[in-house]
Amino acid sequence: MIQSQLPILIIVMPLLMALVIFLLGHKNEGLCFYLHVLGMAGLFAAALGILDQVVTSGTAIHYYLGGWPAPYGIELVIDHLNSMVIAMVAAVTLLVAFYSRQTVPAEVPMRTEHEKVPLRVRNYYVLYNLLVAGLLGLTATGDAFNLYVLLEIATLSTYGLLALGRGRAYYATFKYLIMGTIGASFYLLGVGYLFIMTGSLNMADLFTLLDTAFMQQSMSITIAFAMILVGVWVKMAFFPFHGWLPNAYTVASTTSSCLIAPLMTKVSVYVMIRLMFSVFSAQYVFEILGWQKIVVPMAAAAILFGSISALGQKNLKRMLTYIVVAEVGYMVGGAWLGNVNGYTGAVYHILADGMMTLCVFMAIGAVSYKTGDASLESMRGIFRKMPVTSVVFLVGAFAMIGIPPTCGFFSKWYLVTGAYEAGQWLFLGALLASSLINAIIFFRIIETGYFPDFNKAHGHGHHTDKTVVAEAPLSMLVPMVITASSLVLIGLFSKDIINNLIRHSVPPGLF
Amino acid sequence: MKVIAALFSIVLGVVLLVAANDLPIWGDPESPVSVHLSSYFIEHSVEQTSVPNFVTAVLADYRGYDTMFETAVIFCAGITVMTILRRSHRLRKKNVPPRPVREGQDIIICSAARLIVPMMQLFALYVLAHGHHSPGGGFQGGVIFGASFILLALAYDLKTVLSRLKEKTMMLVSGLGVLVYAGIGVLCLFLGGNFLDYSRLASILQVTEIEARSHGILGVEVGVALTVTCIMLSLYADLASGGEMDEGL
Amino acid sequence: MADFIQALLGHYNNWAFILLLMIGFYAMIAKNNLIKKVIGMSIFQTAIILFYVSMAVKKNSTIPILDHGHGAVEHAIDVAAYASPLPHVLMLTAIVVGVATLGVALAIIQKIHRTYDTIEEDEIMEIIAQ
Repeated sequence: MIQSQLPILIIVMPLLMALVIFLLGHKNEGLCFYLHVLGMAGLFAAALGILDQVVTSGTAIHYYLGGWPAPYGIELVIDHLNSMVIAMVAAVTLLVAFYSRQTVPAEVPMRTEHEKVPLRVRNYYVLYNLLVAGLLGLTATGDAFNLYVLLEIATLSTYGLLALGRGRAYYATFKYLIMGTIGASFYLLGVGYLFIMTGSLNMADLFTLLDTAFMQQSMSITIAFAMILVGVWVKMAFFPFHGWLPNAYTVASTTSSCLIAPLMTKVSVYVMIRLMFSVFSAQYVFEILGWQKIVVPMAAAAILFGSISALGQKNLKRMLTYIVVAEVGYMVGGAWLGNVNGYTGAVYHILADGMMTLCVFMAIGAVSYKTGDASLESMRGIFRKMPVTSVVFLVGAFAMIGIPPTCGFFSKWYLVTGAYEAGQWLFLGALLASSLINAIIFFRIIETGYFPDFNKAHGHGHHTDKTVVAEAPLSMLVPMVITASSLVLIGLFSKDIINNLIRHSVPPGLF
Repeated sequence: MKVIAALFSIVLGVVLLVAANDLPIWGDPESPVSVHLSSYFIEHSVEQTSVPNFVTAVLADYRGYDTMFETAVIFCAGITVMTILRRSHRLRKKNVPPRPVREGQDIIICSAARLIVPMMQLFALYVLAHGHHSPGGGFQGGVIFGASFILLALAYDLKTVLSRLKEKTMMLVSGLGVLVYAGIGVLCLFLGGNFLDYSRLASILQVTEIEARSHGILGVEVGVALTVTCIMLSLYADLASGGEMDEGL
Repeated sequence: MADFIQALLGHYNNWAFILLLMIGFYAMIAKNNLIKKVIGMSIFQTAIILFYVSMAVKKNSTIPILDHGHGAVEHAIDVAAYASPLPHVLMLTAIVVGVATLGVALAIIQKIHRTYDTIEEDEIMEIIAQ
């Protein structure tokens, strides 16, 4: 019985856990953390169960909520594509849950007058769980309107998590709120046009209804597609719509940025891929509209803009946020190349980028936890002070640059092959240039970290002043090491991931 | 900036006007919206759920999953606002903005509110319970119920209301509301059905499966009403007093 | 051209929502005052709600509640007599989301006002730049 109910369990479990933490958590904050980790561990197990189910059965799982048949009720559809994204989201949330043991009480402590307990820690975990429920729900859903509702619960809890940061967090969050609302409203408007033309909201049903000559020629459907794209692009901070992301993520607390930076953008990219190929079709997107001529150069611009802006940043966290903007360009460009290799690269990069963004954000978070800030200067001598953290950062940096055997190499390989096949030279050039720029950025940091103080050390000839090793606490180190090793593992098993999962999800119409 | 914004909105307007070009004519009973799914709901919701109000049937049963997350959205907003606005004791002492002081209460307003509030609350319960047969349901009932408390807070002051309905209780009940909704869903799961498949409640409630759906809808609507009532009041209290929970407005 | 004008006139319900949408969108981008931005946001969301609700309309139909409640099941139900329930349901959800966003936006504005003592965007930018 539990096997067939897994699709709903992954969504309801974090929702219920949010309520349990909410109702029990006002006793003590330690309980919040343990309940939270327990919930996330269960979630991860369930996500693996689903992944296993999909891979062994080889077909998509359909789950009908309320027992109503597909176009009338809401259905969850879990196939090869989103079972992978669900596993990624569950893994990231579990790792960040461990990581949050020290960072959350350190960054969001607050005692109120009315109650002795630090409500903010409890509320933080409640919002965390709601965010996870929203993200998993919008990954699993097969209904266009339900996707909107879950997108809103995910962003609303994101506003809460981001606003708990320091200093300029409120203004940055407000900007994000306005942009996020514009994005969601455009999506809703697009769904409205689809609905008025077809009368349906179910994705599979929409796919059949839109597959007629009349619909494919219709101006309304074209504009609905444009609206939906713009809406999702705003949510994922694709290049001209990226303005809110660097500010909001930089001022966020360590845990929030570790959680939101890897998940929000990647899940939005998943949503774009899902809508492009499961609501509209590859044929409609690439042959009838042919917008890849505009979108792929836009993606190239996003990559170049993100990389070059990252080069000029002093604050490491801010630098990483610009790299996130560039990575979004990779995935959007890959999905829009319109061939199997580009698609494979984009989908594989959702997984790879989720993990490597998490890796570098965690490492920088650990540095700023110990040193108090996240500037380039704080990295000085970090290899001696925090050896484990630096190795983790090194692995993350290698993945970002794309050095084998880390996963970053393989996604870039497929993207480059896809770009070559599609003849998108601009995109190909941008990919290579961004690898180069990433290499410059990260080697500059590694250099700073490796040589403690070059001038002084040179004068002495030998290091006499031994720096004391001051590592981050174990609760941060363990998830960091797991993440870093997963980057290598995802890279080593890339063939299996691609053959068993991604190849099965390639939509018809791609070559 | 203003020119660019104006340009953007004009472009948006023109694009949407062009898109409107091949939409079905307004009010056409043969348009896809009226035919494809909606006709199914109109024809079958009474026989399948025994709820004559199609909107309620679709909201709480066919698309009950959406509504559950809607309740969660409200709950999430309540927590977010509370978390954002609440300040620590230390900070509060350091930086106290001058709070408005209210001078006495107006006897006319207070007496009127005293008369209106019980009526409102009774009406809210009616709207909640009668959602199956007339416009209404959990959200509407909850909003009216919440508004009755807000009226009390406006006529007297925030402290009066919060002494009757403690903030802690308020938040606890709002969480309970979502729990009631999700709990009914999980109960259906344990009884062997899919999530939110109310027909499974028949074995507990000792009614037919169709009536069980109707009762299940009432159950979740109560959950919705609890959350909406408490969050409406808590949003008002937090925003009006800047998170201080003292005087307000 | 004449066709186009004809089509535009046939969809006069859309004019109202597009006009509101443009006003809201303009306010969200151009206004300097944060509260006005939020008002724009509400107008924008309301416009979309209007769009959805207007598509539920059928000529000569009534509210989507079955006449004579129970016991009428045996009678054939005239679909054309009732407005489509689905868009109303969707908009009930969208309204709730709008309220939630509005609440959070106002709370953040209060916090901004507490931090910077102003809610004019250019003044906030000046303070941040310092």
